[in-house]
Amino acid sequence: MNIPAEHLSTLEELCRSQPLAALATDAVSHPYVSLVAVAVTDDLRHLYFATPRATRKWSNLARNPQVSLLLDNRSNQVSDFRRAAAATLLGTAQEIDGSAREEGMRIYLSRHPHLADFVTSPSCALFRVQIGRIYLVTRFQNVMEFHLTP
Amino acid sequence: MRPLCIDLTKVSAADLPLVGGKAAALGRLACAGLPVPQGVCLTTLAYEHYLDTTGLRQRLPLLLERKPFNEMRWEELWDLGLRIRSLFLNTPLPEKLAAEITAGLPLRLACAPVTVRSSAPAEDSVTASFAGLHDSFVNVLGLPAILDKLRLVWASLWSDRALLYRQELGLDPAGSNMAVIVQELVLGDCSGVAFSRCPGREGLAAVEAVWGLNQGLVDGDVEPDRLLLEPVTGRIIERHAPVRLHACRPASNGVVLVPLSTEEQETTPLSEATATRVLALLRQAETLFGAPQDLEWTFSQAQGTLFALQSRPITTSTITNEDSERSWYLSLHRSLASLKNLRRTIEEEVLPAMAYDAARLATVDLVSLDNDSLAVAIGERQQILDDWEARYREVCIPMAHGIRLFGQVYNDQLRPDDPFAFLDLLAGDAGLLAVKRNRKMLELAEMLRHDPSVAAILREEGKPGPLAPFSIALAEFADCFGDLSFVIGGMMSGNRKITDLLLEMAAAPPAANRRMQTDEAMFLASFTPEEQEFAQDVLTVGRASYRLRDNDNLAIGRLSQRLHEARDEAIRRQSGGGIPELANQLATGRERVSKRLTPVPPSAGFHGSSDTRLQARQLVGQPAGPGLGVGPARVISQPADLASFKAGEILVCDAVDPNMTFVVPLAGGIVERRGGMLIHGAIIAREYGLPCVTGVPDATRLIRSGDMLTVDGYLGLVVIATP
Repeated sequence: MNIPAEHLSTLEELCRSQPLAALATDAVSHPYVSLVAVAVTDDLRHLYFATPRATRKWSNLARNPQVSLLLDNRSNQVSDFRRAAAATLLGTAQEIDGSAREEGMRIYLSRHPHLADFVTSPSCALFRVQIGRIYLVTRFQNVMEFHLTP
Repeated sequence: MRPLCIDLTKVSAADLPLVGGKAAALGRLACAGLPVPQGVCLTTLAYEHYLDTTGLRQRLPLLLERKPFNEMRWEELWDLGLRIRSLFLNTPLPEKLAAEITAGLPLRLACAPVTVRSSAPAEDSVTASFAGLHDSFVNVLGLPAILDKLRLVWASLWSDRALLYRQELGLDPAGSNMAVIVQELVLGDCSGVAFSRCPGREGLAAVEAVWGLNQGLVDGDVEPDRLLLEPVTGRIIERHAPVRLHACRPASNGVVLVPLSTEEQETTPLSEATATRVLALLRQAETLFGAPQDLEWTFSQAQGTLFALQSRPITTSTITNEDSERSWYLSLHRSLASLKNLRRTIEEEVLPAMAYDAARLATVDLVSLDNDSLAVAIGERQQILDDWEARYREVCIPMAHGIRLFGQVYNDQLRPDDPFAFLDLLAGDAGLLAVKRNRKMLELAEMLRHDPSVAAILREEGKPGPLAPFSIALAEFADCFGDLSFVIGGMMSGNRKITDLLLEMAAAPPAANRRMQTDEAMFLASFTPEEQEFAQDVLTVGRASYRLRDNDNLAIGRLSQRLHEARDEAIRRQSGGGIPELANQLATGRERVSKRLTPVPPSAGFHGSSDTRLQARQLVGQPAGPGLGVGPARVISQPADLASFKAGEILVCDAVDPNMTFVVPLAGGIVERRGGMLIHGAIIAREYGLPCVTGVPDATRLIRSGDMLTVDGYLGLVVIATP
């Protein structure tokens, strides 16, 4: 396997296997990081997550839709420094409705069927992140940047 | 590979983790040649496949771990059990699994009436008996019905009773497993249970018997004939014969209680010959298992056979009787028949007698009593209240199970997405005193809304003329429901506080009642013509249970008001100077009265440091009324706080008492520390379509009046905004 393909496969595996990601939103004076359940599309262009509308992250997103997310497979062992992979995703989040929400819901629920009650609740917003760039970190300090043109 | 189905005759002792205690015991009896109805065991593997292929394995923990188990009230446990049951009801068997199970069921069982019974691996060991904790279904006909009941038996692993019991035993619910027995139904002419050692008379064996199937005996609806026998010789030592009234017999779907013929009423189902055979069977089982047994049996005249239906060791469990609170809770599970009797007792005896006492006490002119007599009156009123509160616990609280019974029947029948949709058929009952009172208050507020001149007079703390329609209506209200002063305090305040509330209600937009999701006709139409009587009975008992629970609370409230009146009179006299006889009486009562109020502990920092602050931002409870409400919090720590309640505020309290529900039409949402879907706060929130979250630990401590709240009644969240 050539090197870019290997990195792409690591990234795809990370996006496929990790149910949770840390989501950073803009809280004006500082970034605000939350743990959210995510679903990434196979083409790596979109990521879905859900949050109740009364939350701080929702208010932050209403003000500034620019987000960053961290997906990783660390096990909190020393070996992570060699083995763990982490992907930092940058993009723009948008609360979706109508047919986009239906499509997003399908993708999100196929990943997290047990969260059906949560995400279908009328008070819960479903967001789609249009991913622009991804930084993949492997072997501690090996960084690859993936650009995705919309 | 582990099998999905095992014939009972092929079950070995090593299969216990796979087939559960009941099936293992039946297998052993069958292998030893004892008469056992034919059947198969659907192993725990079937249950595991179901959880794995449907995703329930991931969904269950989300429900179970919402709140620490030991912090849940019994009511919350029941809600949890109902939610889980609903999840099982609405999650069909995946096709592949259904096909595999079908292939394992012999044709004779798929085409004949069967019983579908639980057999959990943790069940029925010497140290623990799960008798009656999990569901069993008698007289199930046809494959679709069997597969349907299968899921209900699985769900019963998560019933409130089962959860509670496993908690007592220290078993992790997540590790629980369930096998199910599908067994030919033997239409016994008489049935019963037998004990190697009679509870309380250890030296004797006991045999109990009823006509028909023994479901009635097990449920406690049919009183059995009972013999105490000398275990070795079989000599009869004592015989108890009850008044025989009913037998449990198969009906089109399940079983029903039917009246006995005169002949059966007069004849014992437990002849000496039958008792001798049962005792012999019991002794065989005892020898086989090497321990004293508790055996269920049925006798078929046509087959001339005495069948063993179940045998389990007599438990040495010590927890059964020691925790009286728990056994009291378990005793609340009543059958339809016993609830119907309870309803009669409450409606015809308890409530009229309470009303009589309250009315009798109201005629006493407290002002004219001398100090000694007033002290006696306070003592008497306290005693009357205590006696009625004890009676309340004994008969009125068990009656509340009628709501639960109705809820379960409703969900089994209609399988709604919302497991609490059944409440709509109960709520808004015009027979509810609190509903009547609240409607009357809304009418009074409506009068003020349409007559700004009267409202203006009241706002100036004046009084409209005694003949003004509003004054007449207010006087009528006070006659019917009291002036609410016993709820919102303020002795001598007259009608002042209630008019403040009415002004607030008049200024707010009229409260809209929510569209009900369901109606009675739909519920009844889901039953066959033969089941109509049952359906009607369950609905009637559910409604009575719902109505009585509120009305008996208000009846207690009235008696409590009589006590307060006498105490207020004593306090008034005391304020004029020390009166020892009254001071003593007031001192003993004070502690008990204040016990009902929740003090507000101060909010604190952490690390013992004054420059730290701990602030709750989002609290998790149970979604108890769908909707999203935003508004300032009004924390109700004592009844008097209700008087200043403002429209649009979020009612935050320890527990909504039916006596205080009158402010609910003003509220923008409800947050309650006490958990449960059947509590007043939740039910009244549903009625007014208000967002409501219940079971929020420490709600009144972590939320302060004025905090801006968002009540997410869909997800059961309370968000406290940053100031």
